[in-house]
Amino acid sequence: MQKNIIISGVGGQGILTIASIIDLAAMNLGLNVKQAEVHGMSQRGGAVESHLRISSEEIFSDLIPKGKADIILSIEPMESLRYLPFLSPDGVIVTATEPYVNIPNYPELDELLKTIADSTKHIFVNADSLAKEAGSAKSYNVVMLGAAAPYLEIAVEELEKAIEMLFLLKGKEMVDMNIKAFRLGLESALNT
Amino acid sequence: MNKQLLLGAEAIAQAALDAGISGVYAYPGTPSTEITQFIQQSSQARESGVRSKWSVNEKTAYEAALGMSYAGKRALVCMKHVGLNVAADAFMNSAITGVHGGLVIVVADDPSMHSSQNEQDSRVYGKFAMLPVLEPSNQQETYDIVRYAFNLSEDVKLPVLLRIPTRLSHSRSVVVRTEATPQNQLDPTQEKNKWILLPVNARKGYHSLLEKQTQLENFSEFSKFNKVISGAGDKAVIAFGIGYNYVMEVIKTYNLNMPVLKLSQYPLPEQKIRDFTEKYQDILIAEEGYPVYEELLKGFFGNSKFRGRLDGALPRTGELSPNVLAKALGVKTNDEQTVPSVVAPRPPMLCQGCSHRDLFDALIQAMESYPQRHVFGDIGCYTLGALPPYNAISTCVDMGASVTMAKGAADAGLFPAVAVIGDSTFTHSGITGLLDAVNDGSAVTVIISDNETTAMTGGQDSSGSGKYYDICKGIGVDEKHIRQIVPLKRNFEENVKVLKEEFEYKGVSVIISQRECVQTAVKSKKKAAR
Repeated sequence: MQKNIIISGVGGQGILTIASIIDLAAMNLGLNVKQAEVHGMSQRGGAVESHLRISSEEIFSDLIPKGKADIILSIEPMESLRYLPFLSPDGVIVTATEPYVNIPNYPELDELLKTIADSTKHIFVNADSLAKEAGSAKSYNVVMLGAAAPYLEIAVEELEKAIEMLFLLKGKEMVDMNIKAFRLGLESALNT
Repeated sequence: MNKQLLLGAEAIAQAALDAGISGVYAYPGTPSTEITQFIQQSSQARESGVRSKWSVNEKTAYEAALGMSYAGKRALVCMKHVGLNVAADAFMNSAITGVHGGLVIVVADDPSMHSSQNEQDSRVYGKFAMLPVLEPSNQQETYDIVRYAFNLSEDVKLPVLLRIPTRLSHSRSVVVRTEATPQNQLDPTQEKNKWILLPVNARKGYHSLLEKQTQLENFSEFSKFNKVISGAGDKAVIAFGIGYNYVMEVIKTYNLNMPVLKLSQYPLPEQKIRDFTEKYQDILIAEEGYPVYEELLKGFFGNSKFRGRLDGALPRTGELSPNVLAKALGVKTNDEQTVPSVVAPRPPMLCQGCSHRDLFDALIQAMESYPQRHVFGDIGCYTLGALPPYNAISTCVDMGASVTMAKGAADAGLFPAVAVIGDSTFTHSGITGLLDAVNDGSAVTVIISDNETTAMTGGQDSSGSGKYYDICKGIGVDEKHIRQIVPLKRNFEENVKVLKEEFEYKGVSVIISQRECVQTAVKSKKKAAR
């Protein structure tokens, strides 16, 4: 088993939390993990990405080769396309549809979504409304993780167990809310 | 021992703790910051009393680490690549003094300049100082190599340089620890003369360093970190450090069969390389960073069997990747897909509510009436003031250069001569330059944009918080010309007025523009709520 996942978004959107949950679940299953992150200058409201690789065999490169990503999991629609060169021809884009506009020349949303739809297999998620339904707009990223879950080849229970482990320090309420967010995302992807 | 998911940076920190360090010394800098941060947050470090506060700059960090080594204990010192330029005086001379307790210096290089001003390769410094250099390829090897480095340092009585690139420092993987070693006891060196670098002693020390080179090479010959991965054919690869990962990725993905010599410990093992290179006619050299060893192996007159960054087989600049290695190894990959044109660039920017923003608004207004509008900038978040919509900064060169460049430009007659420097950068390397300006009576206005933290690297404590007024006064800036402003929208008019008044003053003036970083403010609010 091997999965190459690009997680993308804008600095501060919580992509590292998504990565931590998948990392933890994979490690619990005894899989090998490599996850390259972005720190420093590029974090300040700029585009950020994480290369996450899980495999039952030894993983060498910390970076996913171009054309070899199975999934682009994006918390922001335009950012999903920035990493298109990494996506394998039969890969999938799972992206939130709400744009994060902090630049003056942000493209038209319709054009963006059409470009994604024309490029590859895709799942669009209204992450904002699902996150609010779960109880907090901040669970946006976990909604997106749920939506990507069907493509990760990691059992849903393992991912939920990892969410529990990660949020336990912040209290049971946080765990429940994030599990709910995860399930809403998952459901939304399965019904697409 | 338990498996842990650690960043390369964190693997270094954990290994150093397990190796029994008594202190870590560092100034924050991407991609090295997380090493020290990990130790600061480690309960193991707290329980065993490992000292870990941030240093004022890389030079003070290095010297303190050397002092700890003098006293017989193990010390770790960490910095980013350009930080070694600052610490270079101490670093070069510590190769002559040698060490007593184990001393490992970690330098995190930033090929492709993700967060840096250049992509200098610290291995050059290692060669320059004639010290052992270690360059691990993955997180587990990083842990193991740090453990080894402390023993090596005490065996050969020299500092050991560990070099990692961004992609290893900031990539996470599973690490298994080995049993921890206790700290050394206090045991100051008795070999006093070798630490006094008077010419008579320094000459001896230099000879001793030269004599140790054979021993160092021997360690490299038999190092478990340098090994041959067998394969067939007459094409081969020599892969250095993280370059090994990319090479092996390509070999595995495309089922190639070719021998690889993996190198992670230098000086180069001559015999090992001779034995390997004699067998093959086409050898690709994969180095992350400068073609340091490629140049050496190729020689001045060139040897066409070695390919790499110098002949264009690999790009001359930037970090390596599986794709550039695939191309260099003659593999056809499907990577023609480009980024769709609809995607707009999203560069980093100053946060909403950031105090630097209000300072730049006032500064731009205050400069407006002058025909010459040059603002000397420095290293930190506020460098982003160089980008639109502000376009407020004319220079960004090195830590502290804003003050001294403004002074030099003022000496040349530029008016007004304005510097903008962050609080942490000011204590790092700005104070000495300000003293130059005071002694020369230069007509400069130095704005210290004090957000009470080292913000760009994630909000580390700043060495001079609460002391800037006293520092400036203490080195002789006229109190009437040390002004304090609060960069807020409602103070805009007043702030513009203060700036203009000080521009007009024909001597040294300092404006301390103080308001807490919005990021750390949010963090401390959260902390207080808990």
